[in-house]
Amino acid sequence: MARTLIHLPPEPKRGEVIDIQVTIAHPMETGFRSNDQGVPMQRDILTHFECRFEGRTVFRAELHPAIAANPYIAFAWRVEGPGTLSFTWEGDKGFQQTETVALKVA
Amino acid sequence: MKHPGAALSLCVLAAVASSAQATDTAPQARRSGTEFMSPALRALQADPAQNPAQLWVKDGEALWSRAMPGAKACADCHADGSQRGMAARHPAWDERLARPVTLAERIDQCRQRHQHQQPQGPDGPELLALAAYLAEAARGLPWAPSDDPRLLPWQQRGERLWRQRMGQLNLACTQCHDQHAGARLGGATIPQAHPTGYPSYRLEWQTLGSLPRRLRGCLVGVRAEPFAPGADEWLALEVFLARRAAGMALEGPAVRP
Repeated sequence: MARTLIHLPPEPKRGEVIDIQVTIAHPMETGFRSNDQGVPMQRDILTHFECRFEGRTVFRAELHPAIAANPYIAFAWRVEGPGTLSFTWEGDKGFQQTETVALKVA
Repeated sequence: MKHPGAALSLCVLAAVASSAQATDTAPQARRSGTEFMSPALRALQADPAQNPAQLWVKDGEALWSRAMPGAKACADCHADGSQRGMAARHPAWDERLARPVTLAERIDQCRQRHQHQQPQGPDGPELLALAAYLAEAARGLPWAPSDDPRLLPWQQRGERLWRQRMGQLNLACTQCHDQHAGARLGGATIPQAHPTGYPSYRLEWQTLGSLPRRLRGCLVGVRAEPFAPGADEWLALEVFLARRAAGMALEGPAVRP
């Protein structure tokens, strides 16, 4: 399991627009580099990121080889109410990881 | 035949290197590497939601209290709260090894002696995570490396290395980092080389790395052959650099360009 950092305000109000910031530990190997033996290194990147609220997609992104390692993604979202936010990353070599956060609303 | 341009650029380089007087950075004029960075990069370093080194800090926090098979966790010996000053006290003298140890080496020694783990070296994944966790715990503290007199010969050896010209470019550390700090080397600003933010997340590396790794980069930069991994020279340089930056605020794990 890759380490993730998920930051959102602790108890936002309903209807408030909040910033959600997520980082995941990932090498984002582009596939264009060679190792110190001169052998080309296989591409290993994340390709998709998706944030769902109660199972419904609220933000989605495609990632490409030019994105640096440990990608940081930030987006704004209007708080609809209390519930569960899930964050899913998918990538090469069958990479898939989902983290969930229970959102409390003031 | 020698390329005329190469000879000319070496002459220019030699002129640059000898133009400044051998004045060192006065203690009151010491500036951390952060002050040489762009505002955007400083903001990245200061915000825990953006600083990618936090990935290692969280790993280190988990490792700190994770019991090893058949051995104790770090937290079983070290009382909660004791993490705060650890990074600030190193390098320090190690009685058993009869030489100074850096924080990374102390962690490695502790893992071997008490947790029966294999040594990893300063850039091992668990070493970096624990060092980042302890660096974070010491953020803002003034760096107070041990003033044990037995460290003095190491510090002096480190200082000699600092002033010794090395490599094909025939440059000493002091020529860039004391005499030309704040000037540009290619596209980069030359900092004063106070290692207050290590382990650091370097954008160039796209990962967290140790101070020896950074020093190795500088040696390769002047086209010198780096010392062997784990050689005494690295340790001597680290002891000297810590003494040179003593009293400055720790800011690890930092972000560097």
